[in-house]
Amino acid sequence: MKVAISTLGNDLDSRIDERFGRAKQFLIVDSDSLNFEIIDNDENTELLSGAGIQTAERIVNSGAEIVITGHCGPKAFRTLRAAGIRIVTGAEGGVKEALETLKKGEFQFAQNPNVRGHW
Amino acid sequence: MRIAVASGKGGTGKTTIAVNLAYTMSKNGEDVVYVDCDVEEPNGHLFLKPAIEEVKEIGVLNPAVDETKCDGCGECGKVCRFSAIVVISSKVLTFPELCHGCGACSLVCPKDAVEEIKRPIGVLETGTSDSIGYIAGRLNIREAMPVPLIAQVKKAIPDNGITIIDAPPGTSCPVIEAVKNCGYVILVTEPTPFGINDLKLAVDMVKSLDIPFGVVVNRAEAGDNSVQEFCALENIEVIYEIPNDRLAAEKYSQGDLICVAIPDFMKHFKMLSDKLMCNSLAF
Repeated sequence: MKVAISTLGNDLDSRIDERFGRAKQFLIVDSDSLNFEIIDNDENTELLSGAGIQTAERIVNSGAEIVITGHCGPKAFRTLRAAGIRIVTGAEGGVKEALETLKKGEFQFAQNPNVRGHW
Repeated sequence: MRIAVASGKGGTGKTTIAVNLAYTMSKNGEDVVYVDCDVEEPNGHLFLKPAIEEVKEIGVLNPAVDETKCDGCGECGKVCRFSAIVVISSKVLTFPELCHGCGACSLVCPKDAVEEIKRPIGVLETGTSDSIGYIAGRLNIREAMPVPLIAQVKKAIPDNGITIIDAPPGTSCPVIEAVKNCGYVILVTEPTPFGINDLKLAVDMVKSLDIPFGVVVNRAEAGDNSVQEFCALENIEVIYEIPNDRLAAEKYSQGDLICVAIPDFMKHFKMLSDKLMCNSLAF
């Protein structure tokens, strides 16, 4: 299964970027093989508004089924959920650790956005 | 003649300058309209205390998608620069609060599935304060896009006479909408590090819009001389320096027009208005 993780770096040793819409990049990781591809999200970091939606669109197109991030606002949440993507919010620390936690089934998927919309 | 009163920094005295200038010019026999384009926080009315004659609801057109006609092709989402409409897994999502009402989604839809429906975002108020015309926009609470409302406010401005436009702070889209097509811009600043920093941004903005402008320093002795030095260096006219005065602050805080409450300030605004009239003739 493909998992999209907002990250501060380019590999599995990176730390999670707590931002979703304005994260610099995402790792799209195959949770079984741990192979991954990098999605550059740089052009969304300075959008006046709509960053969450555009980033969510990118994640949908990547084929990911799960998102692991820190903060996910209402517009990004709605967009991701429209594609049936499950979302882990409040994640922090390293990417590898997060993937372990996911594997053990210890994450709870968010029922709601965990931050308000911002502009 | 349209004169916009803008600033980079908020709280420098845009409204103070705008309302007192409008009053002074009106007392001088000019036909003056005061226009509050700071629609997220219109406060000129606190000083002019206008009698409001008409309140008109202003809306933007938002897309409404007929799902029985939509085949999820995604063209609407591709054309929208603001992510106000996106197609996810053949489902259309709309975000009205991001929509600028351009109608592109409706135009490109091959199935004619997108209808445009008006959504109110604020009101346009018109009235008078003595002989001063009053026009103001007021954005509804929770709305995040002042630009379409400001555009409607500006459409209500009469062609003749002098218009004083009270612009929002900053240098982003709402300010651009307020100052564009004006004949002259007054940039109000204060002599502080924040004031000078934001003044530089505002100068860049009006220069790129190619509108003649000058600077008014408010509360002139309250800080340092860096604004005057910057303007001298950049060859920018300091139109006037309004002194820092405790009584003016007190009268302002009570909602009084300082040019009415304090005789010295009537003189200051008379001189500022004379200089502006000279400048506007020159442009």
